[in-house]
Amino acid sequence: MTGTSGGLVELFARPLRERATEVALVQHGAERESVTYGELDSRAQAFEDALRANGVKPGDRVGIALPKSIQSVASILGTLRAGAAYVPVGSGAPPRRNAFIFDDCGVASAVVPTGAAEGLIAELGREVRGTHELGDDALLLHLEPGAGEPVKDLAYILYTSGSTGAPKGVTITHENAASFVRWTHELLDLGPDDRFSSHAPFHFDLSIFDLYASLHAGGTLLLIGEEQGRQPRALAPLIAEERLTVWYSTPSILTLLVNHGHLDRIDASALRYVLFAGEVFPPKHLRALKALWPSPRYFNWYGPTETNVITSYEVPETVPEDRTDPYPIGKTCSHVRTRVLADGTKDAAPGEEGELVCAGASVTEGYWNLPDRTADALFEHAGERWYRTGDVVTEDAGGDYIFVGRRDRMVKRRGFRVELGEIEASLYRHPDVVEAAAVALPDEESGVAIVAFLCWTDGQHPSTIKLKRYCTENLPGYMIPDRFSHLDSLPKTSTDKVDYERLKGMA
Amino acid sequence: MTDTIEEIQAATKGYIMKEFLPGEDADELSAATPLLSGGILDSISTVKLIGFLEDKYKVEFAAHEVSEDHIDSLEAIAALVQEKLSAG
Repeated sequence: MTGTSGGLVELFARPLRERATEVALVQHGAERESVTYGELDSRAQAFEDALRANGVKPGDRVGIALPKSIQSVASILGTLRAGAAYVPVGSGAPPRRNAFIFDDCGVASAVVPTGAAEGLIAELGREVRGTHELGDDALLLHLEPGAGEPVKDLAYILYTSGSTGAPKGVTITHENAASFVRWTHELLDLGPDDRFSSHAPFHFDLSIFDLYASLHAGGTLLLIGEEQGRQPRALAPLIAEERLTVWYSTPSILTLLVNHGHLDRIDASALRYVLFAGEVFPPKHLRALKALWPSPRYFNWYGPTETNVITSYEVPETVPEDRTDPYPIGKTCSHVRTRVLADGTKDAAPGEEGELVCAGASVTEGYWNLPDRTADALFEHAGERWYRTGDVVTEDAGGDYIFVGRRDRMVKRRGFRVELGEIEASLYRHPDVVEAAAVALPDEESGVAIVAFLCWTDGQHPSTIKLKRYCTENLPGYMIPDRFSHLDSLPKTSTDKVDYERLKGMA
Repeated sequence: MTDTIEEIQAATKGYIMKEFLPGEDADELSAATPLLSGGILDSISTVKLIGFLEDKYKVEFAAHEVSEDHIDSLEAIAALVQEKLSAG
């Protein structure tokens, strides 16, 4: 990787220049909207110019809090071309959480929906020095200098749930991201005729494939907004009308489509690839999907935000009727190397369970401003940086990894990482909560249900409705517990720790 | 004779209480309580609620109507359903 113009920027520079009259992005809002590569290039340039006019330098960070839109993509590309790193957050996430993230990594500028600017500014720990109207209801805020020095070659920071209660920023360099995107183009046959889905929000790492694999191919990307993306009845016709050829999402969304999307009524025959990642796909729902969409190739991808996808498995043509075990996560991708460590240090014997660790081009250099967490997650071995995934796997006879479980208290909900500890920390901030514990249970429909156990100062607990509203003000939607249970005190183990196993039995 | 707004609201409330808020005091769920923005309905429960309303009242919701702007409270839902009933 040389200089800030390489990496991701190199991947999309040519199509932006050479495919000026071809459609790059499509979005269905009140009306169908689209932009050509040439128009996208101009809008990215306008954003880059606005950043530079605000004094944004290479190595700075730029916050993106816009809902998914043509402007948000132009803002991301403009940020990268300015040599800065983008920090995407959920446009519907609590303003306090987004402000924490923007202050944590000291973004120099942030682009927000005009209507949401006031709420965010009120939570920011810094003054706004100026604003710049970008049109399309987007406002660029120029902020007082914040924490952190410029970082060379940083492409983006994705904040994920942190077990101590605060989200932590995974830093991804241009080389990290571009190595993954190049691998996808080796594995799949992608070209300018392909029409890609962009289902995941930009703060979720599935979006990296959507954005850069499609732009690199010179294809068309269908931007699917968060509300649209949750509605199977709206999504299914979009897939047909837009003749999508590549679909990538979490299994949760595909399950929702199978069960509630009336897929039998739509023509999805243009699909060539169905890619899924982020969580386990129950074979029952995968079988139903393959029956409705028989022609595309299906891939199960696996990898944490810290590495992006590192293993891949192609699902066989037929999912046997009696299969209940999820499919393997597959074999190691060509841009990385993996090992399985038993007891944290030595290589596991064949078939033995152990933690999957990974080294190579896509592995993060660490968490933003959290040297201790970085030291826990990364280690040096034979001159390489290895990331401990925290995922326990075994290798089957065919050389495919099989996901067994987690080493810690992280769970996946709708593909999003959720640290149960972050939910607990948020509940503890309620003034009347004495004790709080969260457990995750398997759920037939949603995959995982989260139950919170709470103990209250005077034994009087608020209604479920009040608790859910409290949570929406403090946590992103995917972290809000499904159920609340109230106890006089939490059960403890003999070492006086919260007895999560007993709580699971009580839930 | 179509259902009144009050009847639609009561039926919707009954469904939400039974399916998503078992054990909750019914007085806590008012006509104006924010359902989507208040975290009471998530994506799957919203899909189920729409399915219930479409089956019961033989109406169809457009994709853009399944959003905070249109169905965030019992009163908004009842008004929208009744609008559909009188239009149909």
